[in-house]
Amino acid sequence: MFIIKYKKIFISISIGLVLLSILLVSVFGLKFGIDFKGGALIEVNYSDSLPSVLDIKSSLGSLSLGEISVQPSGTTEYILKTRDLTTEEHTSLLNLLSENGKYKLTEKSFTSIGPSVGDELTQKAIWAIIFVMLAILLFIAYAFSKVSKPVSSWKYGLIALVTLLHDIAIPTGLFAILGHYMGAEVDTLFVVALLTVLGLSVSDTIVVFDRIRENIRNHTSNDFEKTVGISLSQTFTRSINTSLTVILVLLSLYFFGPASTKNFALVLTVGLFFGTYSSIFLASPLLVVTEQWQTKKSTKK
Amino acid sequence: MWKTRITALLILIIGFGVAYFVYKSEPKVNGGTPNPAWFAKFPFKLGLDLSGGTHLVYKADLAQIGEKDVKDQMSTLRSILEKRVNKSDISGSFGVAENLVQVQGNNQIIIDLPGVTDSSVAIKKIGQTPILEFRILNEDATKDVVVGKDGKVTLDINSLYQDTGLTGRYLDKAILEFDQQTSQPTISIQFNDEGSALFEKITKENTGKQLAIFLDGEVISSPVIREAISGGKAQISGRFTPKEAKDLVQRLNLGALPVPISLVSTQTIGPSLGEKAVQDGLKSALIGLLVVALFLIFWYRLPGIIAVVALSIYVAIVLALFKFIPITLTAAGIAGFIISIGMAVDANVLIFERIKEEIKNGRTIGDAIHTGFSRAWFSIRDSNTSSIITSVILFGFGTSLIKGFAVAFGLGVVVSLLSAITISRLFLYTINVNKDTKFMKFLFSSGFSK
Repeated sequence: MFIIKYKKIFISISIGLVLLSILLVSVFGLKFGIDFKGGALIEVNYSDSLPSVLDIKSSLGSLSLGEISVQPSGTTEYILKTRDLTTEEHTSLLNLLSENGKYKLTEKSFTSIGPSVGDELTQKAIWAIIFVMLAILLFIAYAFSKVSKPVSSWKYGLIALVTLLHDIAIPTGLFAILGHYMGAEVDTLFVVALLTVLGLSVSDTIVVFDRIRENIRNHTSNDFEKTVGISLSQTFTRSINTSLTVILVLLSLYFFGPASTKNFALVLTVGLFFGTYSSIFLASPLLVVTEQWQTKKSTKK
Repeated sequence: MWKTRITALLILIIGFGVAYFVYKSEPKVNGGTPNPAWFAKFPFKLGLDLSGGTHLVYKADLAQIGEKDVKDQMSTLRSILEKRVNKSDISGSFGVAENLVQVQGNNQIIIDLPGVTDSSVAIKKIGQTPILEFRILNEDATKDVVVGKDGKVTLDINSLYQDTGLTGRYLDKAILEFDQQTSQPTISIQFNDEGSALFEKITKENTGKQLAIFLDGEVISSPVIREAISGGKAQISGRFTPKEAKDLVQRLNLGALPVPISLVSTQTIGPSLGEKAVQDGLKSALIGLLVVALFLIFWYRLPGIIAVVALSIYVAIVLALFKFIPITLTAAGIAGFIISIGMAVDANVLIFERIKEEIKNGRTIGDAIHTGFSRAWFSIRDSNTSSIITSVILFGFGTSLIKGFAVAFGLGVVVSLLSAITISRLFLYTINVNKDTKFMKFLFSSGFSK
């Protein structure tokens, strides 16, 4: 199997991509949405004519809201971002936007989130990611507890975990670019997308590992490296096909789905793509490398 | 063999029945009225982001509350807020969806008001607490008259009065009555036990003084205490119009909150935005389903067609479950459902690839189907378990947005697991493969192979 033969190249590609993602995040940073950092988002639609961005900015100056971002959306709409607003501030903001009734407008959506909510959400998000990873580690260690030779079952779990970190690092890196150039924001759905990537990607990895387990039991080959190679070629089509079907529906969601889940679909697509990549090109090569290290160690002794 | 075929036919009919139900119970989709009428009882429950409405999050200030009382106080707070929401006619334009008041986490209350697009009115009504206070007039308070630099004389009313600690918090109920002689409206109030004791103590200690009754910071009447009053009954007579009195009684009965609350998050979504999201969600689900179906048929041929039939039944079942349970659909939930369509194929693909392998290893097609299923089962089980674990943890993560996704996704995974190992299998078994003709082999191969 060429993947096992050139395993060092594939492992290097993955390491390179992860390093690049870390670099991107540290250079560009991530833009957090209002559900994490607090703030308000207002979408208004003007029915006849609409004031210019400058007009809006100057008339809102009297509210002393600090920095306000006003973005046109389509030809009749504006999206405003401010700090979180009280009910009174919200009412007077709407009045100012219509210049006391001069422009007719409807508010399509209004969201205001206090900063304390965001802190809580951040904590919850971090815990959720840790929990999912721990649960997966435990599950794999349990599911593979009968195959402890030549690589012990918890190492399968650990390798799955390493590939998972790889799978969520890359979409996060991509989001740093999207955030920098297109204003994409890290929101609750982004976290959900990452968690879902974790679940989907590990299921791919499990199918490959599962095959290795079966082949070890059946003594398909006495050589571990060969066993892994055979298992990979047996599951290769399946891994690609199942991810392909999910990616197909995700692309449909991205292109035709609701606006609110577009970025969500994108993160999932990218995460799933690299999740499939990692379960074929990273997890199994790592397994072989681990086995080789072990043999080296034991022969030294 | 015939037994399997009859069961398969039965499942097909049931599948069609379920699909018919889902379609017919959505008057918005088919344009007509639900028929039969009881179908109308099961519409899709749309979340606020799809139906339009207001989502409010209040945070309770629990600094004064002992740790063990938190749960009690939160549930009292919840029921009072629920009463306020439902009684102060904050109702949406739809009237179908119910208002929802829930405790979230330790110290938050979320209020969902479907169809309410003017959040400020709702917030005002929810936050409107009548503050009822009883204070004793401090007769020798003269020092609080302040002469300003401009010669203006101001009198600080509040310092004229002395707090008694008796407030609307101790109110048991308020009743509207009319004076028999003057037919003026008066409000009778009954204190609870604690309040009655306090009221008795105050009236005993301050006999002869004036007891001022404050409502929202203004004096509405200040009768003179003639004697100690036990039993906890008091009357407020002010210059109310009957309507004012009635409103006041209602507000008093809706009650004061046990702990102060503050609004930490507001979200309002206009109906047009939600409608578009539903349409887009529906469209992307259909297109996704179609693309996946085409892929399955072209790649897996006969088993592919069977998988598409199983997938369609799967979709009908999940949608029907959304209606029956019912599960509130949000944009994220629809996304979860759409992903689960892709996932549902996963188990089928695993089985088909395995069958193909068994054929390659020299088994007859009939044999390969049976062994293929049993061998693929472990992979299917293990790989789906991780997705189920993820959805359970996501559900525990909390906020309603994520819960919507987690439920739809988790339900989808479970149902797809069941449909793959029961429905697909049954259908495959019904195909009687006696001879491995070239054509049959072609039908069971896949991809670019001949």
